[in-house]
Amino acid sequence: MMTSATHTGSRARGSASLRHRLAERGVDTKLLLLVPAIVFALLLFVYPFAYGIGLTFQPLAATQEQWGGGFFANYVAFFKDAFIFDSVWITLRLALPAALFNVLVSIPIAFKLRSKFRGKRMLQTLLVLPITLGTVLTAQGLLIFAGRQGWLNRFLLENGIIDQPLQLVNNYLGVMLSLIISGFPFAYLLISSYLSGIDPSLEAAAKTLGANWKQRFRRITLPLLAPGLATTFILTFVLAFSVFPSARLVGDASGETRVLALMAYRAFSEQLDYSMASTIAIMMGVVELIVIAFVFLGRSFLYKGSTGGKG
Amino acid sequence: MTRSTNTFDTLELKNVGRSFGGQNALVDLNLRVRAGEFIALLGPSGCGKSTALNCLAGLLPLTHGEILIDGKRIDVLPSEKRDFGMVFQNYALFPHLSVEKNIAFGLQMRNLPKAEVTRRVADGLALVKLQDQAKKRPGQLSGGQQQRVAIARAVVLEPRLVLMDEPLSNLDAKLRLEMRTEIRRLHQSLGLTTIYVTHDQEEALSLADRLVVLREGRVQQIGTPEQLHNNPTNWHVADFMGYRNIVDLEVESVVGDLARVTGRGISIMATLAQTAAVGDTVRLAIRPSDLVVTGPDTPSGRDAIQATVNVVEYQGREFAVEVTTTEGQNLYVHAYTALLPGSTVRLAVDPSRALVYRSSLDGVAAPRELSAVR
Ligand SMILES: Nc1ncnc2c1ncn2[C@@H]1O[C@H](COP(=O)(O)OP(=O)(O)OP(=O)(O)O)[C@@H](O)[C@H]1O
Ligand SMILES: [Mg+2]
Repeated sequence: MMTSATHTGSRARGSASLRHRLAERGVDTKLLLLVPAIVFALLLFVYPFAYGIGLTFQPLAATQEQWGGGFFANYVAFFKDAFIFDSVWITLRLALPAALFNVLVSIPIAFKLRSKFRGKRMLQTLLVLPITLGTVLTAQGLLIFAGRQGWLNRFLLENGIIDQPLQLVNNYLGVMLSLIISGFPFAYLLISSYLSGIDPSLEAAAKTLGANWKQRFRRITLPLLAPGLATTFILTFVLAFSVFPSARLVGDASGETRVLALMAYRAFSEQLDYSMASTIAIMMGVVELIVIAFVFLGRSFLYKGSTGGKG
Repeated sequence: MTRSTNTFDTLELKNVGRSFGGQNALVDLNLRVRAGEFIALLGPSGCGKSTALNCLAGLLPLTHGEILIDGKRIDVLPSEKRDFGMVFQNYALFPHLSVEKNIAFGLQMRNLPKAEVTRRVADGLALVKLQDQAKKRPGQLSGGQQQRVAIARAVVLEPRLVLMDEPLSNLDAKLRLEMRTEIRRLHQSLGLTTIYVTHDQEEALSLADRLVVLREGRVQQIGTPEQLHNNPTNWHVADFMGYRNIVDLEVESVVGDLARVTGRGISIMATLAQTAAVGDTVRLAIRPSDLVVTGPDTPSGRDAIQATVNVVEYQGREFAVEVTTTEGQNLYVHAYTALLPGSTVRLAVDPSRALVYRSSLDGVAAPRELSAVR
């Protein structure tokens, strides 16, 4: 209908409805329905974000005095103050391995759970359940289970298997465990849906062509899955990077797990330095973007077309 | 390319069966395939054709029976060790690999030297005339081109058996005819042994040396195209072989292997393809082309069927006509002159071209033909 209106020129145009004439100019009036959402986003996200960026250029007098740099004093402080800048590495040291682990462990599990077997639903539910717990509950669970006075240590001590309680929480390991518990279900769900999008007849074809399972995985499934793996990695990385509650609850908040989110929180609540807190928050975004950019750069070399499955 | 080197003498399927959770998809398939044969598996949707093929390819484990090559069991081998080529119904080309890499895949899995892989891929591309498309991805090809890639990918390995699952079902009529010829040509020039699945009787008749007709997982008849075309063993096979008029009638009298069958405004002499007694309800099968229009003026013999013309379709050389008998039975007829809808016609049929079958299909699975191939 629309194309005929376009091709038959002005005579037909007169009879075309307003909607069609607008559509010809690329105006879709249905998009007007998005207006409330856009206003909402502007008010609740873009405005505070812009305000936050503005704040970073209004450093406290003390910061300016100590680090110099005028308007940019907060940024100078961020890079020069080892106490703050080390946090970048601390955060990355948690988030990168956690994301990598979640992705790598999800692959074989998603593979295994692809076939039908008794109790599959049950197992899937158990794997995905931690999503519903939230980080605080996870942290509390970890403390009760693996803390110095936790069940695990008590059990091991009482049975004489160890003499000293194992230090499983309030350190790097504790935060790592909590990141895995909360990040794994996401990674697993995403990867298994990417996997189900790959047409099983491709593997069958590779089989009849003489490929054993390793060759099938390396040559067919992995290349088709790789873009999905990259996306999953990014999502779990972002989740892990902004870790805050568990870094505080099951971590070592002033040492090994002094992550950026904690530093921003401290600047805000303890030092009442809003501008420094904003600077740290902005820099968190920048670091995340750098990592994401690297992953996308790698992803751009991969095949990303149809995988022929039920999608 | 020359004749496959790793060929065999006979492939034997013994009582091969497969069921899905108690539901039989394939029952007691017995078949002996000689090297170089072209076998077509024919049957309606859901009759177990793909199941049979997947069982052969090793993609589905058997629940009954065994598959032997020259007396050695191969149904215990995993798919990748069977050395069969398979062309999938949906082609199953690797979307991330170029055409030449798709074709090279199987050769690389066999760890052949690079030079040989290159040479055989070039041969394969030439075979299906796709040299110009070598660097493209499957997604950038037309349906017919994809299909040829799928065939090339399967045959460059010179497999001892090629399995094809309705490879032409997604193509348009013209391309289908072209590819049909192409497949037969490849089969002959490469000396392949082929098992071909289709639900199109014309395709099966024109391609195959022997046909296997399946229904609900059971073999109905095995034989050459001529045997099936002229002597279907039951009405189901007849139906598949173009006997479009299938009418339930009653036997009035029997003389030798001829019988008079009556009912639905029809009373004619017909050949007993299966035994029947007077009073039995039977199925009469007649091809549209065997029903001759004699016109309303010819004196009405006892064997003429009187009918009214319903629909006339022009089909080039002839007209396909639907008529209704005086008792409301629809029949399909071919005529060489345009008949007027609404006019009355008389139809006649040579008794040797009208076949009488029992109505039930149970226990009539052609034991004679089966023992002949065993
Ligand atoms: N994985 C499965 N689980 C359960 N039943 C199945 C499965 N695969 C096939 N079947 C059943 O087995 C029967 C035969 O299926 P098959 O795919 O072999 O049919 P087909 O002859 O290839 O049909 P078509 O011409 O439509 O491809 C069907 O009734 C089908 O429902
Ligand atoms: Mg099928």
